[in-house]
Amino acid sequence: MTASTLLLDAVYFALLIALGVPLGRYVARVFAGEARVAQRILGPLERVLYRLSGVRPDEEMGWKRYALSLLAFNLLGLLAVYALERLQGLLPLNPTGMGAVPSPVAFNTAVSFATNTNWQSYGGETTMSHLTQMLALTVQNFVSAATGIALVAALARGFVRKSAETIGNFWVDLTRSTLYVLLPLSLVLAVFLVSQGVVQTFNGSVTVATLDPAAPGAPGVGHQTLALGPVASQLAIKQLGTNGGGFYNVNSAHPFENPTAWSNFLELFAILIIPAALCFTWGALVKHKRLGWVLIGVMAGILIPLVLVASSAEQAGNPALRPMGVDDAASVAQSGGNMEGKEVRFGIGSSALWAAATTAASNGSVNSMHDSYMPLGGMAPLWLMQLGEVVFGGVGSGLYGLLMFAIIAVFLAGLMVGRTPEFLGKKLEAFEMKMAALVVLLPSMAVLIGTAIGSLVPQGTGTVLNPGAHGFSEILYAFSSTSNNNGSAFAGLGVTNVFYSAALGLCMLFGRYWVIVPVLAVAGALARKNLVPATAGTLPSDTPLFALLLAGTVLLVGALTFVPALALGPIVEHLQLHP
Amino acid sequence: MKTILRPALTLLLLFTLLLGVGYPALVTAFAQAIFPRQANGSLVESGGRPVGSELIGQSFVDPAYFWSRPSATSGVPYDGRASTGSNLGPSNPGLHERVAARVAALRAADPDNRVPVPVDLVTASASGLDPHISPAAAYWQVPRVARARGVSEEVVRRLVAGHVQERWAGFLGEPRVNVLELNLALDRIAERVSANAGASAPDPDGRKPPMDTDGHR
Repeated sequence: MTASTLLLDAVYFALLIALGVPLGRYVARVFAGEARVAQRILGPLERVLYRLSGVRPDEEMGWKRYALSLLAFNLLGLLAVYALERLQGLLPLNPTGMGAVPSPVAFNTAVSFATNTNWQSYGGETTMSHLTQMLALTVQNFVSAATGIALVAALARGFVRKSAETIGNFWVDLTRSTLYVLLPLSLVLAVFLVSQGVVQTFNGSVTVATLDPAAPGAPGVGHQTLALGPVASQLAIKQLGTNGGGFYNVNSAHPFENPTAWSNFLELFAILIIPAALCFTWGALVKHKRLGWVLIGVMAGILIPLVLVASSAEQAGNPALRPMGVDDAASVAQSGGNMEGKEVRFGIGSSALWAAATTAASNGSVNSMHDSYMPLGGMAPLWLMQLGEVVFGGVGSGLYGLLMFAIIAVFLAGLMVGRTPEFLGKKLEAFEMKMAALVVLLPSMAVLIGTAIGSLVPQGTGTVLNPGAHGFSEILYAFSSTSNNNGSAFAGLGVTNVFYSAALGLCMLFGRYWVIVPVLAVAGALARKNLVPATAGTLPSDTPLFALLLAGTVLLVGALTFVPALALGPIVEHLQLHP
Repeated sequence: MKTILRPALTLLLLFTLLLGVGYPALVTAFAQAIFPRQANGSLVESGGRPVGSELIGQSFVDPAYFWSRPSATSGVPYDGRASTGSNLGPSNPGLHERVAARVAALRAADPDNRVPVPVDLVTASASGLDPHISPAAAYWQVPRVARARGVSEEVVRRLVAGHVQERWAGFLGEPRVNVLELNLALDRIAERVSANAGASAPDPDGRKPPMDTDGHR
C-alpha cells in the first residue's frame, strides 16, 4: 500500500466524522421540529404538500398503521417505476428512441429502486429514456432513502416514549427527510459535480469526428458518439441516498459521471456522510449523545481494516501478469497494482476505498469493476455486504440494522450474567429478541439459499462469465448484494434472464421489508413499555466495552454465517493464484 | 384504507413533480447557465471543429499518436454510446491471453523497447472510455511516437512531461496524462515543424497495430 492511499483514507474518515457530527445534530433538529432556519424557507412547501395530500401532520400513528402507510407508498412507487419503464417508448423526453424495457428487467428494476437497492440489471445509457431516469429512478432515489431515514425517527420514538401507543407519522417523517435533508444536499452536490464535468442536459447524445481518422469508432470509423443526459441531478441523490443506480452502465467509473479526482472524492464522501451523521442523530434523539460515538466507532472500526485489506490486495497486483513483462509496481509515474477494470485517474487507492465504502453503506455505486478485483480485494466488499449492511449501511437502514444487533448484543450480555437485558432504559423481552433475530437471519437466509439454487440450476450457472471459483463468487456476490439491498455487482454475471430477474427481485423485497416490518414492530412494542431506571446491574451502552461487544456480535454472526461460502469462492481463488 | 391510499397516491404524485421534474430542471438551468461547457460534455475543438471530449478517451491506431488503454466496449473500442468494463476475473485464462496479446502487439510496434510494459497500457479500464494513461505508459510510448514523427525523443519526452497531471496535495487522484490533449499537442508541434521546414510530419504509411476490440463476453 502506498503513502498516498493511506493519506487519502485518513483524510476521508477524519472529514466524515468532522462533518457527520453537525449534520447529524441538524437531522435530529429536523425531526424535533426545531430546524428553524430551514423551516422558514421550506416550511411553506411542506405545508402545501400536506394540504394537497390530506395529511394532518400532528396525527400520530401506531406501528401497524405506520408500516402499512410505508408499504402502500413503496408499492405505489414500485408500480409507477414499472409502468414508466414499460411505456417509455410512447412517452416524451426520449431523444435516443428507447423502446419499452423488457418485463423481467422492468420488474427487477422497479423492485430495485423502490427498495433502495438500485441493483442495475440494465445498461443505463442503452435502456432508459431521460423521462424514466428522472420520473422513475430519481424520484425513487429520494423517497426510498427518505423511507430509511423516517424509520430511524420512528424507532427513536419507540425508545424515548413511555407507555405510548404511537411512533409518529410516516408522511411527516418521509416529507421532512426529503425536503430538509436530501433535497438541499443534492442540489448543492449536483451543481458542484457539473463544475467538474458531469453532464446535465436534456439532449441525448453528441457525435464528433475523432482525432485519428483511421481509428475504428462508433457510429463509424473516425467518429464517436457520446451519450449525454440529465446525469448530475440523478448522480447527486444516487450517492447521498445510498442508492447507487447510475445513469450509465458503468456507473461512477464513467468519465461523464465521475470525471475528476475531486468529483470522485465528493461522490465517495456523499456515500457515507448521511449514514455517519445518523449515528449522531440517534444519539441526540434518544438523549445519549455518547452512544452516537459508540455507533460510529463500531462502524469505522470494522470498515477501516477492510479498506486496508482491499487496498493492499489490489496494490499487490495480479501475479499471473508479471511474467509476461508487465510492470505493476507503484512509482511516481503510475499507481501500478491490478488495473484491470480500474480508471487511471482513480488508480488503486480511490478505487479500493470506494469499493469498501459503497458496500459498507448499501450504496452499490462503483468507480471500478469489482468482478476484476483480486480475490481478497473482492472479498472485502462481499463480506461487508454479508455483515447485513450495518457497517454504515443504507441511510437509516444501516443504523436500525445495527441497533437490532445491539439488542442481540445486550441479550447475549444479559444471558452471561442472568439478568433481563435492557437497552436505553427499556426492558428487552422475548418479542423484541424474536424480531431482532428475524432481522439478522432472514437476509442471510436469502443470500445462502439463493446462492445454493443459483449454483445448481442451469439458468443460474449458464450466465456466469468467469470460470472456476470466481464464477461461484459472482453468484454469491449477486445474492449477497440484493438480499442486503446493496446493488453493486460482480457484473460479469448476466442477470437479465427470467431466473435472475425474479430471484434477485424477490431477495431485494425480502431484504428490505422483512427487516422494516420487524423493526417497526420493535418500535411499537418498546413505545408501550415504561422506562426502567438504570441500576448497578445495567450494562451501560455508551462505553468502549459496549462498542466491543456490539462489534464482536456483528463480526461473529457474519463470520459464522458466511465463512464456508467465502471459502468456496474468493479464498479458493486466492490460493490458486498464489500457489 | 382510504386514509392511507389518498396520501400515498397524492404524495407520490407531488414528489414526482417536485423531485422528478422540478429538481432536474432546476439543476439543468443552473448547469447550463453557470457551466455550459461542462454540462454539455466538455468538448474539445481543433481547427474549429469538435474532435472529442476532454473527458472521454478515444481510440488511436496510428503509431505517430500515443495510444489509449485497451477498451472493453463491445464491437469497437471507446464506444461512447455504451460504456462497459471487461469484468474478467484475475484468475480467468481469457484475461491472461488478452494481456499477453496486448504486450506482444505493443512490442511488435516498437521492437527495440526492452522496458516492461506499464500495467495500465495492457489492462482494460472500468468504463471502456478512460481518457488517461499513466505517465509511465506515456513515456513507454515515446520512442515509437518520436520515430513515427521523425522528431527527437527528447522533444516528445518534454511534451509528455508538460502534460503530466500530478496528485492534488499528494493524495487526491493519481498521476495521469490525457491522451487526446497530448496528441493534439503533438499535432501542433508537427504543424510548427512543417511550417518551418516545409515538410509533412506524420508518416501516413506507419505500421498499424492490431485493433483491440475484445470485451465480447
